[in-house]
Amino acid sequence: MTVADFAFYTFAVVTIVAGLSVTMARNPVHAVLWLITAFLSSAGLFVLLGAEFVAMLMIIVYVGAVAVLFLFVVMMLDIDFAELKSEMVKYVPIASLIGVILLVQLLLGVGAWVQADGAMGLRQSVTPDMTQIDNTHAIGLILFDRYLLLFQMAGLVLLVSMIGAIVLTLRHRTDVKRQNVLHQMWRDPAKSMELKDVKPGQGL
Amino acid sequence: MVGVEHYVVVATILFVVGIFGIFLNRKNVIVILMSIELMLLAVNINLVAFSSDLNDLTGQIFTLFVLTVAAAEAAIGLAILVTFFRNKGSIDVEDVNVMKG
Repeated sequence: MTVADFAFYTFAVVTIVAGLSVTMARNPVHAVLWLITAFLSSAGLFVLLGAEFVAMLMIIVYVGAVAVLFLFVVMMLDIDFAELKSEMVKYVPIASLIGVILLVQLLLGVGAWVQADGAMGLRQSVTPDMTQIDNTHAIGLILFDRYLLLFQMAGLVLLVSMIGAIVLTLRHRTDVKRQNVLHQMWRDPAKSMELKDVKPGQGL
Repeated sequence: MVGVEHYVVVATILFVVGIFGIFLNRKNVIVILMSIELMLLAVNINLVAFSSDLNDLTGQIFTLFVLTVAAAEAAIGLAILVTFFRNKGSIDVEDVNVMKG
């Protein structure tokens, strides 16, 4: 067994165990941490496949943004997770049954898999020689050339989702004092202060 | 020697784990969203494995778009979750019955 094989089996086992732990974890914060473990070890799998750019993107986007978003929401909402977990035991048999059936069906499909005769001829963008040009460079050449429109569309998807998330969560509370910038700017010193001439012994 | 089949088997198991998680956590929307992320991860492993096997970079390009959609989906899903929690005070899926569907 070579080092690469050993690394593959390690990353594969860690990914699957972490995935199972995400679904079974009692504490949702632990579930998010297991999710991070799954993403990190699958990034290792991607490195083994020679896809360094996707692996680093995985770490930056998933661990750096998505997992932190999950962690933020889990910690922000005051939820009684013990109550949500109470009925979990009830669903274990049906979930296991469906899981095993699906797994057997999919593995049967994997076992019978053959590559089509013309598959090599149908390739859209053949990987250049990795000794001449590295993975990130090659992806950049294709992404910003042939897939430029799709790239821009992906940016549009992110923009729409960002606006959607802001619109969904933004609320104007009426029970708190808010700063009115225009009101502050239009304030006139002459009108905001009044001088009173107080006569001695009289008071106001 | 580790071939593409090994990666496909790992991706298959991970995908089934995601489905298992959705059925197991019927009440907890946060874990359901995390299970969906696991399933998208399994799809990504498949795409990259075949991209590497066939020497075709298109699979890796497609992974980027799956990643984009996964991130957008997580952001919107969690935003809906926060709004729902504000209105209902819980994240139980069975409380989502305003439309009486």
